[in-house]
Amino acid sequence: MTLNDELRQFVTDNFMYGKPYKGFADDDSFIERGIIDSTAVMELVAFLENRFRIKLLDQDLVPANLDSVNGLARFVESRLPPNFSKACDPSRIVLGV
Amino acid sequence: MSIATAVFSPDVLTIDAVAVSATIESQIREIVLQRLNRKGVIVAMSGGIDSSVVAALCFNALGTTRVLGLMLPEADSSPDSLRFANLLAQSLGLRTHIEDIAPILTAAGCYQRRDEAIRKVIPAYLEGYKCKIVLPDQINGSAYPIFSVIVESPSGERTKARLTPDSYLGVVAATNFKQRTRKMMEYYYADLFNYAVAGTPNRLEFDQGFFVKNGDGAADLKPIAHLYKTQVYQLAAHLGIPQEIQKRPPTTDTYPLDQSQEEFYFPLPYDRMDLCLYAKNHGLRPEEVAPVIELTTEQVARVYRVIDATRNATRYLHRKPVLCEEVPEVPDDVRL
Repeated sequence: MTLNDELRQFVTDNFMYGKPYKGFADDDSFIERGIIDSTAVMELVAFLENRFRIKLLDQDLVPANLDSVNGLARFVESRLPPNFSKACDPSRIVLGV
Repeated sequence: MSIATAVFSPDVLTIDAVAVSATIESQIREIVLQRLNRKGVIVAMSGGIDSSVVAALCFNALGTTRVLGLMLPEADSSPDSLRFANLLAQSLGLRTHIEDIAPILTAAGCYQRRDEAIRKVIPAYLEGYKCKIVLPDQINGSAYPIFSVIVESPSGERTKARLTPDSYLGVVAATNFKQRTRKMMEYYYADLFNYAVAGTPNRLEFDQGFFVKNGDGAADLKPIAHLYKTQVYQLAAHLGIPQEIQKRPPTTDTYPLDQSQEEFYFPLPYDRMDLCLYAKNHGLRPEEVAPVIELTTEQVARVYRVIDATRNATRYLHRKPVLCEEVPEVPDDVRL
């Protein structure tokens, strides 16, 4: 599973509930698609902090970082140590392997 | 330049307060006595502008024997709330009753549950500390509206922390006991006297879902829900609401620390928020509105986006229970 896959899976599982899956592109805006609200953003932030062990500062909480799968992936990758970049399986990062 | 630009100014919200008051008072009489078939009306009085205007309109509509003003303070209420409500009651000659709801809230665990939720992000938050939750600046920044909690120690030292989802929901769920307990008490007196309950939202609050479902959002009639808050102030002046109440800054009066409505909900103070809402409702473009309210076009566009997002997020609060199948014998417009 790629980083994009995992992020898309989290958004689908947690914010789309039982809605029929219509799919969304990795550049689609979560807000414009009506996928997330402010409480969902809080859940997303908690997920990123726990899953990837990164700390999001107030200035990080902007749509450029959190409003699409690609935005999330870019942001997460920018915060991970260099040796854990693109090809790295995020699950291994969390486990510290 | 469009026609709308030529006429758009703060004056668009000016009303004929005499005529509007008379119309609403007539409507209150018809709604309470005929459509609802109740003998009078209960108004919960917070000492704020909206409940003061609703109380005065009901008093003018129904007279002193058919209106009961309730004051419902709790442990975190500002002393000003009770003082201003009393001031209004004296000025109108209104019958009132005070119910301290703090014991009910304590028994329900309102304060304890809220404090436990806060301690999830600020473990040092102890008894004797004060708190409030706040949003980031929604006009000058592009940050998401994620709440933080501010706590103040007895010595005045303040600490701020961003709320996690469970701490945020825990704080909100606990504090919503306040509005729901007040409404429970309003309906106790409504049942006792065969009265209806008047709600006090203005248009901005009603449109943007600034209420607690089955709390302050519950009522039998909402006499000023169609009026922008700016217009409610015009009615207040006409109705002779005491100056101290007219000059009181809008407050949520829900948390121990003073909390403005801008910190908690709206991106702008009410007067400019009203104008943005009016302009958006009338199809004006941000560039037409910005110079009038001394914001940039981008800032007005941001407010428009907040209005849309808030409407979407709060639709659930307005929604009546959804039936799996219609029951024709209970018409949709009269059922809960």
